Amino acid sequence: MTEYLLETKGLRKTFGRLTAVAGVGLGLTEGTLTAIIGPNGAGKTTLINLLTGLLTPDTGTVHFKGEDITRVPSHGRVRRGLSRSFQIMNIFPNLTVRQNLLLPALARRGRNLHALARLEEETGANAEAEELLREIGLWDHRDVRAGALSHGDQRLLELGIAVGTRPELCFLDEPCAGMNPIERQTVLGLMRKLSGQRRTTFVIVEHDMDVVFSLAERIIVMNHGEVLADGTPAEIRENRVVRETYLGAEV
Amino acid sequence: MDVGPVASAGRPRILTPGRSAIGGLILALLLLPLVGGQYAQYVAIQVLILSLFALGFNILFGYTGLLSFGQAGFYAVGAYGCAKLLLLKPSLLFGVIGGTLLAGAAALVLGVLCIRHTRIYFSMLTLAFGMMIFSMALKWRDFTGGDDGLVGIPRAPLEIPGLVSVSMASMGRYYYFVLVVSLLAIGIAYRLVHSPLGLTFQGIRDSEGRMAFTGVSVRAYRLIAFVIAGLYAGLAGALLPALENTVTPPVAHWTTSADPVLATLLGGIQAFAGPIVGAFLFFMIKDIIVRFTEYWLIWLGIIVVVLVMGFRGGVVSLATARWRALRPGREAP
Repeated sequence: MTEYLLETKGLRKTFGRLTAVAGVGLGLTEGTLTAIIGPNGAGKTTLINLLTGLLTPDTGTVHFKGEDITRVPSHGRVRRGLSRSFQIMNIFPNLTVRQNLLLPALARRGRNLHALARLEEETGANAEAEELLREIGLWDHRDVRAGALSHGDQRLLELGIAVGTRPELCFLDEPCAGMNPIERQTVLGLMRKLSGQRRTTFVIVEHDMDVVFSLAERIIVMNHGEVLADGTPAEIRENRVVRETYLGAEV
Repeated sequence: MDVGPVASAGRPRILTPGRSAIGGLILALLLLPLVGGQYAQYVAIQVLILSLFALGFNILFGYTGLLSFGQAGFYAVGAYGCAKLLLLKPSLLFGVIGGTLLAGAAALVLGVLCIRHTRIYFSMLTLAFGMMIFSMALKWRDFTGGDDGLVGIPRAPLEIPGLVSVSMASMGRYYYFVLVVSLLAIGIAYRLVHSPLGLTFQGIRDSEGRMAFTGVSVRAYRLIAFVIAGLYAGLAGALLPALENTVTPPVAHWTTSADPVLATLLGGIQAFAGPIVGAFLFFMIKDIIVRFTEYWLIWLGIIVVVLVMGFRGGVVSLATARWRALRPGREAP
């Protein structure tokens, strides 16, 4: 039996009469870059919200590294090694770019509570934030207010905050949305680099099929809150049901 | 927005314009009793008290993004607590520290209930709890003296057992006591907002969701901010009984909660010094307008509305912007 990094059983979430996620059971393997695709309203973002603790499932369980985390709040899941970015941009707009990246570095070291220490003296966290600044290519903008960055740079920054907690499993909700080709390459490059160097396992929700098929080692197709298909890119490409319901003539 | 430290190029200058201004201000405050009379000292104490009250409020509002309309509740716990303790044992430090800690404890208990909510729901809850404390001050006659309040509170000497005992009988001495306590409290607040904890508060203000996903329990930190604001409100309140020799229910009224809000908006929520400058302006404006009309609050209200609509950053940001404009080609720190 494979030991999954994250495993769900019978995960279900309804909003009134709408069933957003209808009994999803899946296992995510360490080191496998996975993409979740599907039409709008298929339940992709709801699924990620359930996995990262933003929503509590009606029924079903979530296990991370063998531990039941179904009722663990988001911040507790982050401490255990989960992280995410959001579909709608979520950064700290009034802080500088550097401070945005300092926050996950401080949190990872359990330094948030230090009330009388000077920020400049947090050498470990500062060094980590600066390394990230260079990796996401925002070094030149380090002292700029984050809200003043361009859209693409803000998305890069959000990715930086998400990986700044040094997660083992990181969910990225449409990381390349609204990006130009250069920014997109930075995102993909960073994902590849961190997958290799820090053994971060990425799971992305993405609409851009070029990104999905060039990057993902495994693709999960969702429709109406259920997993329609699950397999390698080649398998998904050949799947008749997927072609008919979602991919159409795209692939 | 106060975005904290920014890398400075070159050798750090010891005597920056900012530091010179602060040094000059402290010197002026130290010399005040020599040049000003009893009234000037009395007003200066009131300004310092409101500064502390507003400074704590702004840690909650400007830095953490939580607007409380019930800070007078903790101000009153500090004031009544200190008064009760002074009546019990005439020792100034005992009363002031005790009153402050009582307010902190009250903030901890009520905070657990309040911080579960945000935005307007949080504000309404704090208003409700603040008015509950006001009702207690009014109705719990045996303990608070009801309408009449607590009277005959001694301006007890500053005693450190086995070390010193300094009489506080004169206004001048009490002024120096309040000044030292205020400078200490302001210094601590300054360190705090520039610390990892301060940055965490600002992160929560900007995005709770993102903050939770750095691995921080947002509720726990909201509670910490609430207790800090409660402690500062309590300290401000605890400095009151020895000044007035009496404490009455209006200190707990919601209109008292509005004072730090107005002072902070006047000075500016975006700068650390905003609430302090605002507290000073609050009393200056009051002092000037009161000579012409008793409806001074209306005029203060108009000034705040104009400031908020025209220049959100308040007087401090306005002044900083002017300063930068006057010195082109120079990046302000």
